[in-house]
Amino acid sequence: MSAADREVILEANDLTREFDGVTVLDRFNFKLHKGEVLGLLGANGAGKTTAMNMLLGLTTPTSGAIRAFGMDFVKHRLEVLKRANFSSAYTSLPSNLLVWQNLTVFAKIYGVPNVKQKITELLELFEIADLRKRVTGQLSAGESTRLNLCKALLNDPELLLLDEPTASLDPDIADKVRKTIRKVQKERGISILYTSHLMKDIEEVCDRVIFLHKGKIVAEGTPEEIVKKSDAASLEEVFIKIARSGEVEAAPASN
Amino acid sequence: MNPRIVSALVLRYLYLYGRTPMRLVELIFWPIVELLIWGYLGMYLQEHAGSKVPTIVGHLLGGIILWDVIFRAQQGVAISFLEDVWTRNLLNVFVAPVRNMEYLTATFIIGFFRILVTVTMLSVISFSSFQFNVFEMNWAIVPFFGNLLVTGWALGMISTALILRWGQAAESLAWAVPFFIQPFTAVVYPVKQITPVWVQWLSLALPSTHVFEGMREVLSEHTFNWSHFYWACGLNVVFLGVAGWIFSSTLNATRKRGLLTKFATQ
Repeated sequence: MSAADREVILEANDLTREFDGVTVLDRFNFKLHKGEVLGLLGANGAGKTTAMNMLLGLTTPTSGAIRAFGMDFVKHRLEVLKRANFSSAYTSLPSNLLVWQNLTVFAKIYGVPNVKQKITELLELFEIADLRKRVTGQLSAGESTRLNLCKALLNDPELLLLDEPTASLDPDIADKVRKTIRKVQKERGISILYTSHLMKDIEEVCDRVIFLHKGKIVAEGTPEEIVKKSDAASLEEVFIKIARSGEVEAAPASN
Repeated sequence: MNPRIVSALVLRYLYLYGRTPMRLVELIFWPIVELLIWGYLGMYLQEHAGSKVPTIVGHLLGGIILWDVIFRAQQGVAISFLEDVWTRNLLNVFVAPVRNMEYLTATFIIGFFRILVTVTMLSVISFSSFQFNVFEMNWAIVPFFGNLLVTGWALGMISTALILRWGQAAESLAWAVPFFIQPFTAVVYPVKQITPVWVQWLSLALPSTHVFEGMREVLSEHTFNWSHFYWACGLNVVFLGVAGWIFSSTLNATRKRGLLTKFATQ
């Protein structure tokens, strides 16, 4: 079954957001299918964080609609959030609590059965079981990122929104995190919307990507398709090209 | 409202207080300092004024202890919210399936716990140092306590809304807001002392004023003024409703303006 035939888990229809008369996201449309990992790419200010925030219900769209699991997101926000989760490099769990305390609180919020067992499973999955009794604020960036991902997987989400999950990680930990995300995603059929500035992340984790530039979609497809279409050597080159010119197509050769 | 979610949020604050007992110091230190100052002042005045002001110590200490009910309830809401801001945890809570009412209820409960700690401590010290027994108010302490708790919650919601509106730069409002009403709510002096006279009407529009007036009647005349009680309850219903509306509409406006994420990650 092709991706397009699979159930649509999350979709945005003409999602638009203006701030003080400036359009930062302009009629954004996309569909995230079941079991698919969709990368949202773009330079700073391209509109991906705004899109992510609207998809999480943190920012109200100026116009347009979001549907998740076939439901209108605004009307069924809580039902959607029960089946989804989120992790960002820019948020953290309360620094003064122990690792197990933080996970216990969120496990209870999400109504996770067998809390202790679930926490142990997740900490082992991300290879941080030895940190269970550590104070969260004393964790390294890599440990903290993995703890955030443990939180994000507590409720066995069907939909996961990951905002730069490997930002500020060293290559070794970033590689481990990417592989673990991909492994869990495949095993559980999770649909993931993924933002990152690291093209290695995108190539390794994402099935499909959307490039945003000044709030508009400028390219969409698999990483390979986009590289081929733009006549570039790598996705990173495409990124730079789009960030500088807003164009993805290869420029015609000049004499 | 889901009790499981409320209890999970309460658990988060209990873990926090368990992990950082220094936070309990602020629940005890400043209230005791205040109680001692007013207690000694009351004793001094009573000694020099003799039988003219036989209940002054009781009025001052009763006022101070009951004022702390408002202040701690308000702090329970506002500081609990700020804890989530300070630890950059706010987004995790807002993207979890948590209703605004569940979040607020958890902070109300934390406010209640904070009051129990402070009021118990103050009651013990006021009895042992100044022979003032807060239970001289008998059963009247229950409606007094209940009404002030609700007033504190309402002020907590307003403080939180102001912080949401103005950002972390305005976080000192978490401590300041109750003191906007303190001079006018007749904590340690009767409403008739407040001048100019038209301000007395403003004072009587505050639910807490009726509690403090009622407290003085109980301590001086041993009578419970039902009129004050009804006024306090009615005004509290209005206060709580208005504060809830201010909080919800500010939160919605913050979402509409796209400031919630910036605010929660700054």
